[in-house]
Amino acid sequence: MNPVVEVVVVVLMLAGSALTLISAIGLHRFADVFARVHAAGKAAPLGGAMVFAAVAIHLGDPGDTEKLVLTLLLLGLTFPTGVHMVARAAYRAGTERRPDMVRDELADAVARGEAGSTDRDRR
Amino acid sequence: MFDFSLYVTFGLLSVAAVLAAVRVVTAPSLADRVIALDLLVVVSMIAIAADAARRGSGDFLDVLVVIALLGFVATVSVARFIERRGAR
Repeated sequence: MNPVVEVVVVVLMLAGSALTLISAIGLHRFADVFARVHAAGKAAPLGGAMVFAAVAIHLGDPGDTEKLVLTLLLLGLTFPTGVHMVARAAYRAGTERRPDMVRDELADAVARGEAGSTDRDRR
Repeated sequence: MFDFSLYVTFGLLSVAAVLAAVRVVTAPSLADRVIALDLLVVVSMIAIAADAARRGSGDFLDVLVVIALLGFVATVSVARFIERRGAR
C-alpha cells in the first residue's frame, strides 16, 4: 500500500477514535440529559464514520466496503434517533430542568399534543 | 505506522469504553444510563471495525449491522419505558 493511502488511513483512524473518546468525555462533562444527547448522539456516529472509512480504505475489498457503508447508513439513521427518543421521553417524563434553562419552546407543543389537537386544525 | 495507529486506536477506544461504563454506573437518571449504554454499543462496533482492519479480513463486518439494529431496538424500548414510568 503506497504511503499516501496509509497516512490517510492512519489519520482517519486516529481522528475517529479520538472523536469517540471526546463523545465519551462529553457524557461526563455536560450538565444535563439534553446536552449529553448531543455528545453521544452526534460525536460517536461521526467518529464511527471516520474509522469505518479508514477500515474500508485499508481493506480495499468492495464487498467489505459495502458492509461498512450499510452499517454506517444504519448507524447514522438509527443511533441519533434512538438517543433523541430517550431525551424526548426524559423530557416528557419530567426530568428536573436546570434554572438556567430559560426558554422552553417545547412546552406549548407538548401541551397541544396532550390536548389532542394537531397542527392541522389549529391552522 | 499503521500498526502503531491501531494500538493508539484501541487505546483510545478502551478509554472511551471505560468512561462510558463508569457513566452507566454514576448516571443520575435512567435516561443517562441508556445513553451511556448506547454509546458503549457504538464504541464496541468501532472496535470491531478496527479489529477487522488489524486482522485484514472483513469477515466480522456483518455483525456490525446486527449490533446497530439491536442497539436501536433496545434504546427505543427503554425510551418507551422511561416515558411511562418517569426518568427517576
